Amino acid sequence: MDETINPINLVLFSGTDDKLQAAAVLAAGAAALGKPVNVFLQYWALDAFRADRIGADHGLAPEAGTEGRAHVDGLRKAGQASWAETLRQAKELGGVDIEACSLSMDLLGIEQSDLDPLVDGVEGVTSFYLNAGEGQVVFI
Amino acid sequence: MPVLEIDQRVDAKGLSCPLPIVKTAQAMKAMTSGQVLEVLASDPGSVKDFAAWSKTTGHEIVESGSDGAVFRFVIRKN
Repeated sequence: MDETINPINLVLFSGTDDKLQAAAVLAAGAAALGKPVNVFLQYWALDAFRADRIGADHGLAPEAGTEGRAHVDGLRKAGQASWAETLRQAKELGGVDIEACSLSMDLLGIEQSDLDPLVDGVEGVTSFYLNAGEGQVVFI
Repeated sequence: MPVLEIDQRVDAKGLSCPLPIVKTAQAMKAMTSGQVLEVLASDPGSVKDFAAWSKTTGHEIVESGSDGAVFRFVIRKN
């Protein structure tokens, strides 16, 4: 793949399963196209990546309502991969880097050892922007 | 037309977007240029997705078809 290709940069803020699923789909799709993907985990998204609760039920965004809940459950019953599994598949392709926001680590009072191995490291916002380069930044 | 020899197969039936493409990209990585991959998928979005993926990555879709429920793509690695 062309070295000059711009990465896609996903900033994950929300920690509900629907938003994390949507973000995982964006990350995996970009990785399949050969684009480098930088994922930066902030606040409640970072909390969802804790090793002891990554597989837990993280709820849905308020706009989902009860009907949305039923649709999401239906897809899951039909065998849809979880967002964590989708990210694992994306990482197998290479080119996907997942970093925890150091400020959010302080906020939650956690260490990197508390996080799922999907998370590659901890960085600050300056490092995030350096890696983002000229690529688009998407906030979810 | 000569019958294409399939080197590798991916069964992505039952997988939802974007896993059919992700599984295909994973399989492609292990293949060599000129080899042929057959993919079966049931996600209706895969028709446009495989076309877009082929265009972006340069891997050529040499055959495609559907029986209405399953979509089949035959792709040659570039």
